[in-house]
Amino acid sequence: MTVLAVQGLTYTYAGAAEPALRDIDLRVEPGEFVVLAGLSASGKSTLLRAASGLVPHFHGGTFAGRVLTGGLDTREHGPADLAAVAGTLFQDPETQAVLGTVRAELAFPLENRGHGPAAVARGVEEAALALGIDALLDRPTHELSGGELQRVALGAALAGRPEVVLLDEPTSQLDPVAGDELVWLLRRLNEEWGTAVVLAEQRLERCLAAADRVVALAGGRIVCDAAPRDFLGWAADAAPALQTPGARLFTRAGLRPPPAGVKDARATLRSHGLLAPTGPPSAEAAPPRRRRRLPGRGGRSAETTALAFRDVWHELRGGRTILRAVDLDVRPGERVALMGRNGAGKSTLLRHAAGLMAPTRGRVEASGRVALLLQHPGDYLLHDRVGDEAPAAAIARVGLAGHADRHPRDLSGGERQRLALAVVLGDDEPAAVVCLDEPTRGMDRGAKGDLADRLRGLAAAGSAVVVATHDAEFAAAVADRVVLLADGRPIADAAASEVLAGGWYFATETARILGGEGGALRPEEGAELLRRRLTLEVTP
Amino acid sequence: MSHRPVASPLHAARAGAAAAYCMAFAAAGLVFEHPLVLGALGVALVASAAACGVAGALATPLRLAVPLALSVLVVNALVSRGGLTVLARLGELGPLGQVDITLEAVVTGGVMALRVTVVVLAAGIFAAVVDPDGLLRLFRRVSFRSALTAVLATRLIPVLARDARRLDDARRCRPGEAVPGRVAVLRAVATGALDRAVDVAATLEVRGYGTRGPWPAAPRAPWSRHDFAVAAAAAAVVTITVGARLAGVASFAADPRLAIPLGPGEVVLALALGALALAPLADRRGIAR
Repeated sequence: MTVLAVQGLTYTYAGAAEPALRDIDLRVEPGEFVVLAGLSASGKSTLLRAASGLVPHFHGGTFAGRVLTGGLDTREHGPADLAAVAGTLFQDPETQAVLGTVRAELAFPLENRGHGPAAVARGVEEAALALGIDALLDRPTHELSGGELQRVALGAALAGRPEVVLLDEPTSQLDPVAGDELVWLLRRLNEEWGTAVVLAEQRLERCLAAADRVVALAGGRIVCDAAPRDFLGWAADAAPALQTPGARLFTRAGLRPPPAGVKDARATLRSHGLLAPTGPPSAEAAPPRRRRRLPGRGGRSAETTALAFRDVWHELRGGRTILRAVDLDVRPGERVALMGRNGAGKSTLLRHAAGLMAPTRGRVEASGRVALLLQHPGDYLLHDRVGDEAPAAAIARVGLAGHADRHPRDLSGGERQRLALAVVLGDDEPAAVVCLDEPTRGMDRGAKGDLADRLRGLAAAGSAVVVATHDAEFAAAVADRVVLLADGRPIADAAASEVLAGGWYFATETARILGGEGGALRPEEGAELLRRRLTLEVTP
Repeated sequence: MSHRPVASPLHAARAGAAAAYCMAFAAAGLVFEHPLVLGALGVALVASAAACGVAGALATPLRLAVPLALSVLVVNALVSRGGLTVLARLGELGPLGQVDITLEAVVTGGVMALRVTVVVLAAGIFAAVVDPDGLLRLFRRVSFRSALTAVLATRLIPVLARDARRLDDARRCRPGEAVPGRVAVLRAVATGALDRAVDVAATLEVRGYGTRGPWPAAPRAPWSRHDFAVAAAAAAVVTITVGARLAGVASFAADPRLAIPLGPGEVVLALALGALALAPLADRRGIAR
């Protein structure tokens, strides 16, 4: 039986002028792994909400057509009924844990379905073991990390073995390690349990290798429904913004077929003799720079250093040490990416730069104002009009002059980010340093590109730009220098091409495909390298 | 102010027993007026919290309770007309009229302040040691929606506290004079809370909430040594409290003159309540989960 059948679905949210979904026809068969691709506001989330019954039962609006989830017609059955056949997972881990402990969270859907105590206890154990969260069972949910919470929420969605699981960008709030783990967990459950998976995702490079099929949406319509390689071939011409970095690398190098993942890409390159033999990454590629001497008077004058950390420590009373003897100089106009796993100290370092936190030892020096954009841009938006949030000139500089009378909550994610940037940049004194903490979470590729352009513009105007990010592709697009933090101190500090080409997690997809060869980080650089090699092959 | 599992006998006890323990001491605090007994209850509760590793969790409730208790003391001293032992004559004080501060009014205010403190301490321990999910299981057959609402509120307290801290940080990141007032931040926190409530409601829907009728009885878990000990202490506190009241032990009168008997009965009662608070915490076998 088809686990999800959508027939002629057109849906308009209450109060909206345009439909969010138009004439959608889609079938998902048992055991399929389907990825929903598309830019922000293309209709991915709405389609998943229609499959889970939240559209129209929870959101209201105008609904035409028919959706059968696990054989149940969503016009007759609400989300609570459909929960027995479809597990649902949203973006934000924080709002998906409704009870106090992991055990209660996993038991809740089973109890709601009327299972007896023995069946509930067994279901909890099985879900916990399947997702590797058995050690967390008695932990309070408010103490879990984002990755752990998202696993618990997935466990709650899967408890009771639904036929299909619907996931709306579940990795968008997670670091790359936790995100990759979640996707591979889904693949394993898909293969071992036969559960159909419908996954909406912005970072396609993370999940295409696991997918059987990709359904692309644009403007609320399905514009492509194909196997991953065929989708990438279609995207090369029709929707370049949906291409993965690996696919862009191949397209620009004139290679076919586009790869669904790193393994696929390397196999193709190897078959063409284009892959250089790889050795272990050089340990000397990116030594941390301690008290880097800069040009000018004494190397550290106010003119040449926009931001300096001098032996900065941050030790929590009764807790751990978050920063350990950090020495770092950032020059005006320099673009620095701070990378490292969760808890490495990136956000704390930025908070010290902006004066939100004070070092317990050492000092922070800045040549002028430090503007800091924290992780949630919505936190900066406190008024009812865009025009009231920041000076008009600042709003105009981020390209939102025409939106002054809109409510900030009506802006898209990328627009909100720009407005928040206008708030922290202000209009008076230009910021000497602009710091951004995880600015690309939940952004599509187009919005990331816009932000990268904007940050390069700020740096060109003389501001030092420091970005804490897990997103290696964004770091490669923005930064000329990467500082890798671990356990509260820099363990690597060098040009982006050195740091991001030499690792696995802290590396771009292009670097992973090419094994870090030539320091190529972006598809354009990698394609140039491959083209040169192809030319050499043709003209010996 | 949220539950944190710690290896302690009170945490190891079932939610019903631990809740009964806390409520028994809160009830004793409300019943008795004798300063010695109230003082003993306060000390016993602090010692109990320390023995359970949640003494730090009492800091926040005490930060709220101490000013409240002091206000009660001061207001009672100013407005009470009872008592014959005048400590100070303040004369005409506006709407309060002729104000005489009497020893009886001050002591009565102190007793009320002690009561507030004891009840807040018991509530603080309750919040720190009683598993809200256990309480939900206990009460869901009676009123599932109410129990779930209470659990959600408990769960969302730390989440909203984090939201508020984030918003305050964002406010501080605004340059120069653009810093909005705390009212704007408060409004944003409230809006954020509503957004979260909508998201949580959607999560409840997709977890199947509302699809079933009456709940079956919770599985009968065997009573552990800690369940017995904590429940027995709670029962003993209630019994002693009722018995002492019936026997007239630890009586208190403040009008027209102070009458605070301090005999063997009061001392034994204070010691007994202290011992009952700590006795179930002595056995630390099998407390880790």
